[in-house]
Amino acid sequence: MRRNNVLLRQHSVLPGFNLTLGLVLLYLGLVVLLPLSAAFLKTFTLDWKGFVDAVTAPRVLASYKLSFGVALIAAAVNAVFGLVLAWVLVRYEFPGRKLVDAIVDLPFALPTAVAGIALTALYAENGAIGRFLPFKVAFTPLGVFVALVFIGLPFVVRTLQPVIENLGHDLEESSALLGAQRWQTLTFVVLPALLPAWITGFALAFARAVGEYGSVIFIAGNMPMVSEITPLMIVTKLEQYDYAGATAIAVVMLLASFVLLLLINLLQAWMRRRQGQQA
Amino acid sequence: MNTIALPLPEAGHRRAAPPRVTEEPRWLRWLLMAVALGFVGLFLVVPLASVFYEALKKGWDVYVAAITEPDALSALRLTLLAAAIAVPLNLVFGVASAWLIAKFDFRGKQLLLTLIDLPFSVSPVIAGLIYVLMFGAQGWWGGWLRDHDVRIIFAVPGIVLATVFVTVPFVARELIPLMQTQGVDQEEAARVLGASGWQTFWRVTLPNIRWALLYGVILCNARAMGEFGAVSVVSGHVRGETNTLPLHIEIAYNEYQFSAAFAVASLLALLALVTLVLKHLVGSRIKKELKESA
Repeated sequence: MRRNNVLLRQHSVLPGFNLTLGLVLLYLGLVVLLPLSAAFLKTFTLDWKGFVDAVTAPRVLASYKLSFGVALIAAAVNAVFGLVLAWVLVRYEFPGRKLVDAIVDLPFALPTAVAGIALTALYAENGAIGRFLPFKVAFTPLGVFVALVFIGLPFVVRTLQPVIENLGHDLEESSALLGAQRWQTLTFVVLPALLPAWITGFALAFARAVGEYGSVIFIAGNMPMVSEITPLMIVTKLEQYDYAGATAIAVVMLLASFVLLLLINLLQAWMRRRQGQQA
Repeated sequence: MNTIALPLPEAGHRRAAPPRVTEEPRWLRWLLMAVALGFVGLFLVVPLASVFYEALKKGWDVYVAAITEPDALSALRLTLLAAAIAVPLNLVFGVASAWLIAKFDFRGKQLLLTLIDLPFSVSPVIAGLIYVLMFGAQGWWGGWLRDHDVRIIFAVPGIVLATVFVTVPFVARELIPLMQTQGVDQEEAARVLGASGWQTFWRVTLPNIRWALLYGVILCNARAMGEFGAVSVVSGHVRGETNTLPLHIEIAYNEYQFSAAFAVASLLALLALVTLVLKHLVGSRIKKELKESA
């Protein structure tokens, strides 16, 4: 007879609970938790003042501003265009719709370094797009913005699409029958129903953009105080063998990611509740 | 044949369908479509096309030379090796975790789900850093490793470890929701009818999840072969030894060998296209099976 664990209760005729639990915990422990805890423990080799100095150096502060600020703007832009794109892909029929739908996942599938050099070549001053623009994009914070828009788009579209598919036409028909104009229906009926998914997509795009490295470093130009992202600060410190300094910045970023992850989980729970109510 | 003829309007009297109340006015539909397609064109299609354009700009010979030079080939071998280790490991982990979470009830399940997703929310650079902190020269086991002449950081094992870390969630997160929807009825029936645990898994569960499994493997593989940030931190960029394809691209690019960089990039872009096609095919297969089983 299997001992009934107090913490982990299970009632099932299916086998494999102990096996899979052991395997999963061992694997996650070795691959994810142990290395991550190494980061937190390493920061304890710094005293409090050393930690604060490392994470609040002017160059590092400028990088937070760039990483979080531009990620926020890029996620907002993706939220707007992603909403339009998801709506068009679900609701409208047009030739090539399936192709467009498939290509939305490109930023998931294309290695970030490839995206990085392609965007840099396009937006450089003599590039195919850059030469027509009156201002510099590549090697400025604007370049960082372009790269972050590229990698964030699918998060918004893929979060919204299933929700729009499940929306059905009933609510909108009722709204129209009760005399609402189409824009009123969209603003006061459709948009509130999409809100949880919309915010979740935005948060996912933001979280990804904050930590993004590969697609950004080529186009950013990496000028201190101007276009250095926070992940690059970590790499720079590592290259100077300042492990403690690199880890201190990493811990700040990790804490930010955990808060975001928690927020996203809460948002998704909200989304599921909303979906459940409609079904 | 016994069909009911619908009263179709006669050819000459066919009118345009009246606008439906749940549709936007025509001008707005055109506007939204133009905005959406313009955005996709500008941000997705043009960058993708530019990879191939830049790769072939200097001609076919330069292209072939760039992708067959020894450093590029050794980078290709290392990329394949890292994927060949990371994908099977995370495949087994994905199946085990999905079985655990979908077939049993236990406390702390939500926490476990969050842990599985954790590598997605960690910046790739940090994923590399944490392995440097464990195995690097100043790391936890750095001294011991040096004494025993084992190299992990700035060597192949570090690259494999970093790749494994960033691809942990891919298979699991495809399987968990599907297996949760499928429930335990079929497996329980198999058990009651006398099948052993493994028989139940191989003959009942696996056929039910095979397409989602393939889906997860395709995504996992794409990320494993394309990972840049995490691998870049642990690699040390030793040519012909610790360069993967994405790192090889970076080095060629930084040395202003743009055609060579884009030539190798075009290989990875092709991989991305194959990934998208397979993902689409397998994805529609999953949708079909879900519809049939519903």
